[in-house]
Order: sequence, then structure tokens, then C-alpha cells
Amino acid sequence: MTQVVEKLQPWLAAIERRPRGGPRWLQDLRDRGAARFAALGFPTARDEEWRFTNISPIANAEFLPATEAAPVTDHSLAGVVYSDAPNRIVVVNGRFAPQLSRVSALPTGVRVGSLAAAVTEHADVVSRYLGQLAEFGTKAFTALNTALAVDGLYVHIPDGVVLDEPLHLVFLTTKSGATLPIMSNVRTLVVGGNRCQVRMVETYVGPDGGRYFTNAVTELFAGEGAVIDHYKVQQESLDAYHVASMHVHAARSANVSSQSFSLGGKIVRNDVVALLDGEGAKCTLNGLYLADGERLVDNHTAIDHAKAHCPSHEIYKGILGGKARAVFNGKIVVRQDAQKTDAKQTNRALLLSDDASINTKPQLEIFADDVKCTHGAAIGQLDDDAIFYLRARGLTYFEARDMMIHAFAGDILDRVMIEPLRVALEGELYAQLAKDLAEIDAA
Amino acid sequence: MLDIKNLQVTVEGKQILKGINLHVNAGEVHAIMGPNGSGKSTLARALAGHPQYEVTGGEATFDGKDLLDLDPDERAREGVFMAFQYPVEIAGVNNAYFLKAALNAKRRHQGLPELDAMEFMQLIKERSKLLDIDQSMLSRAVNEGFSGGEKKRNEIFQMALLEPRLAILDETDSGLDIDALKLVASGVNAMRGPDRAIIVVTHYQRLLDYIVPDYVHVLSGGRIVKSGGKELALELEKKGYGWIETGAQPVGA
Repeated sequence: MTQVVEKLQPWLAAIERRPRGGPRWLQDLRDRGAARFAALGFPTARDEEWRFTNISPIANAEFLPATEAAPVTDHSLAGVVYSDAPNRIVVVNGRFAPQLSRVSALPTGVRVGSLAAAVTEHADVVSRYLGQLAEFGTKAFTALNTALAVDGLYVHIPDGVVLDEPLHLVFLTTKSGATLPIMSNVRTLVVGGNRCQVRMVETYVGPDGGRYFTNAVTELFAGEGAVIDHYKVQQESLDAYHVASMHVHAARSANVSSQSFSLGGKIVRNDVVALLDGEGAKCTLNGLYLADGERLVDNHTAIDHAKAHCPSHEIYKGILGGKARAVFNGKIVVRQDAQKTDAKQTNRALLLSDDASINTKPQLEIFADDVKCTHGAAIGQLDDDAIFYLRARGLTYFEARDMMIHAFAGDILDRVMIEPLRVALEGELYAQLAKDLAEIDAA
Repeated sequence: MLDIKNLQVTVEGKQILKGINLHVNAGEVHAIMGPNGSGKSTLARALAGHPQYEVTGGEATFDGKDLLDLDPDERAREGVFMAFQYPVEIAGVNNAYFLKAALNAKRRHQGLPELDAMEFMQLIKERSKLLDIDQSMLSRAVNEGFSGGEKKRNEIFQMALLEPRLAILDETDSGLDIDALKLVASGVNAMRGPDRAIIVVTHYQRLLDYIVPDYVHVLSGGRIVKSGGKELALELEKKGYGWIETGAQPVGA
């Protein structure tokens, strides 16, 4: 116990030095986050939610909360997928970077930019929504973020507004020159009004490589009838730690889709929590992840059907090579009032090596009686019969294998509705796969 | 063209083929018949190079080359084609994309220029008519959600595209209704020619009403026990396989 407390010391010291100032409600929120983190400490393998994901490399390390944004030029964005988006809003080391951001003419009332600025300039909306979904009372990383976040991004789309061009939110971590690796507690708040329509991408990237820690929390509110198409691209350094949670609130007849593409990171944990809180709200959660070496990718999703007539669809797919490990936990709750729920969950993983592994668990908690819930998991290696079939038509083993792996990933990539993003993701993913496969072939 | 001598094949440790001898010339159609478990499909799959079918003895040459020394894809590019008894469904791989890759792999091997998308579509259009292959079958994943008849038609369609020198049809008639059978047979007949040999593996004589073979061989217990002309198939249809299994002396035994 003493040892645990000792190890927590630097973290407790960091939250003691948490940002101060700003409005009273914000200070209260930070204080509550700090208190909860101190009480919770980091989760361990004894915690059911973290059974297969050992985060002690994060907990036992010391990180410096990123202070000032290091100077970054457009050059750092060169390797970022979809960096040529018409609306690009950039955060560097936890702080909004206006010099790298550009926003095309947006409809009246739309607000996109620094969360810290919005706290004062848009206080009525921000104070109403910030911290309302993120479960900082029970989740240590979320509590840590709530206490330490200095800045982040704020997106507000008023009622009835349709955004033609997607928003690309880029969270960049650079080499800071600091003696210790840095940690960025970034926060995103998206408030989508009734019947609004928007496509957005969140990209987390560390173009300089190296070890650092991103601890991100996103809260997304979709008003009645809102249509929100969200993508998350995790393209962190291969030595970085990435812990992120995304919380969605969908009102009546809202349609929210969130697709996660996880390509980088040493230890990656994504939580996506969606609350379908109005009749007819619809939610799609998809994911595609790639891991090799000794990397770990953990996806936890939870869809809470609180009201009737809500469909949810979920497909997560992973490709694992080397000694990579993955965790998938898909929770679906159907509350007593949520009759006529239609929930479908699929989880598939392709293991390219004997040493790669995945722990997968569907978790259905159904309290209503007139519902349709299906789930399926398939883990395995490439189908030998299919490989033989392709070879029997003249394709080499390598061509056959690549064709099948691309088909496996393409199933998710094809669902990306922003064409340049899809093309960029395909390029990234296939380049990384080619590298992994070359290593396997050399072995 | 194909010369098989004393071929012995083992599947999962069990010997299935116990010494097959078969000589097939270009331009000929051979039917391999026989009761269930006689080794018909094993012969087809071993010739295609299926990894589960282990050759433990004998030889097979194709145009003078040692066929057994080649990987399955090398055999295919050399011009050996097997129509699968159970075509495999391959999720996510677009059928047209797959066919183009297969065709171009073969063309590269032959030193021919690859077909571009336009030329390929033109060829597809031309070859698909005969087998009543519609556009939706090309835009779907390979064999996925295809009916039994569609799968078999797709196999023969692939054969029409790839123009193999040696085609082996592994029970292509199984599970087909009479209309589908006629369609498949006319597709195969259109492929008959002086430079091509076809081996039809079938349990039933019915298919041979439509694809009339030059030679019929009866396989039993892993050996060819009787060979003859097309009339042998009719005799089998009338008498069943019983008289062969009990009465005939295995060839070469």
C-alpha cells in the first residue's frame, strides 16, 4: 500500500499544481477531478475494467504536464493524415495553436476553437455541458484529465445548421526539450444542436516520435435529430501511451456514428461510451486497429440503450502481428424502458503471428423483454482454404494473403464517408501492414 | 499433355490413391467416375496442389514438367485449372478485382501485357454471356452469398477467362438443377478445343449427357479399375458401381 502511494506521489504533486483561475464552476470541476483521482489512484489488474491491460508503465513513470506549446511549423503536420482538410483546428501539447489552424467560412453561430477561450467567451454553453458526461467520479484517467486539462477544443453547432465541410481536430505532441517525457491532458467538447449536421475527425499524432502520454477526454452531445459523423484517428508515436475516453449523449432521433482507427501507440486504451437517451436515437461504433511488436491496444465500448426504438451497430476489427496484444470489451446495456432495441455487435481479430493475442468479451445487460441483441466474435488466422483457392487461380501466397488482409481491413475503411480521409487512412494502414508482413516473411 | 504414373496420395495419414496411371492428350475429354470415397476428388485436388493432399509416391508431368514440384499458384499460371467442388467464399474480396488479379498474374507469367480495367471489362462482358453471369455477381465478394448454382457457374466463368490448357472439373455437377447443369455444360463445351484437355470428375452419368467424354475411367479403392469409351458411363448408369467393385480386376494390380 505504501508503495502504491509512493508511486502515486508525483501524480498527486502534479494535481496539486493543477491549473487555477477561471470561473468558479471550472475551478470546482477541477477540484472534484483532483479529489477523485487522489481517492481512486490508478486502476490495477484487479479492476475488472483493466484486467488485461497493465498500465503500470504509465503509472510508474513520471511525466511533465506540458506547459507552453513548443513552436511548431506546418512541416510537423506533413505526416498527419488528412492534414489538408479545409477546416483544420490544431492543438499542440495540450494547447490550441491558432497559427496552425485554419477554418473556412463557417455558417453563422458555429464556433470552433480553443476550449480555454470558450470557457469565458461561451460560458453559458460550456458550463452547462463540460464534465456532464465524462465519468470522472469513477474513472481515474478521466479524473486526472478533469483536474489537469489546460485547454482543448470546443465545437458548437447551433440548431439546424448543416456543415458541408468536415472539421479536422488535430492533437499534436512534439518533442518539448523537457527532461521528462510530457503528458498532454486534452479535452474536447462538442455540442451539436437539434437537427444539426456535422462530420468531424479527431487525430492524435506524435510526429517527432518518442515516449509521451496523451490523456484525452471527449464529450459529444447530439441534440434531437442531429446527425454527427465522428472519426478518431490514433496515430501516436510507437513509444507513446494513449488513454482516451469519448462520451456521447444522443437525444431523440439523433444519429451518431463514431469510427476509431488505431494505428500507433505503445499502450493504447480507448473507451467509447454512448448513451442513447431519446427514442429513435441511433448509434454506430466501428473500429479498426493495427498493432505489432509488443504493443497493446485495448478498446472498451459501452452503449447504453436508455430509451425505446434505438438501433446500435458496432463492428470492431483488429490485425495483430508480432507479440502484440489486444483487448476488446463491448458492453451493451438495454434498460427496462428501452423496448424495441436493435443492437448488433461484431468483433473480429486477425492474428498474423502465433505470439499475438486478444482477449475479447461481449457484455450484454438486458432488462427489457422486447429487444433484438446479437453479438459475435471471431478470432483467428487467415483461412487456409481461401488462401488455397486464390493460389489455385494463380496468385502467389503473398498476393493471396495481402488480398485477404486488405479485404479484412477494407470492410471498415469503406465505411469512412470522408473520401480524402479514407484514402489517407488506407495509405497509412497498408504501409504499416506491408512493413509488418515484410518482417514476418523475413523471419 | 498430362502423364500420371503410379500416383499415390495420402490425406491426413490415410492413403487414398494407391497407384493411379492416366495419360491425357491435348484435345481430349476424360471422365473420372466412381463411387463415393473412391478417390476421385482426391485425384483432382492433388493435381491442383492442395496442401492437405500429400503425394507419397509416383509422378505427374504436365507438358513434360514435373507438376508435383510446382506450388499450386505455379501450376495455375502454367495452365492447370481446377473447378472446385466447394468454391470458397472469400469475404471482402471483390469478385471482379480477384478475377483481374488472377488473369493478370497468368498474363505476366506468359510474358503478355496486363489488361487494364477497360480491356478487362470488355473481356468479362464477352465471356459472361455464355454462363449467364450478371453484373451483380461480379461486384459481390468472391462466392459470398452465391447460390450453389451461381458458385459453379462462377467456377466455369473463371475457367473461360483464364483459358487453362488443362481443366479439371471436380464434381461441378453436384447440386445443380437441370437448367444450371445445361448452362455449365455449354460453358465447358465452348472451351473444348484441340489445345485443351478436360478432366471431368463426376459421380453421376447425367453430366456426361451434356459433356460427352472421349474416355471414361472408373476409380475404385484408389485405383483406376476400368477404362473405356463414353459407353462405359451408360453402362455404369444402368448397372451401378457394384459390378465394377466386385467383378473387375484392378488395372495394373
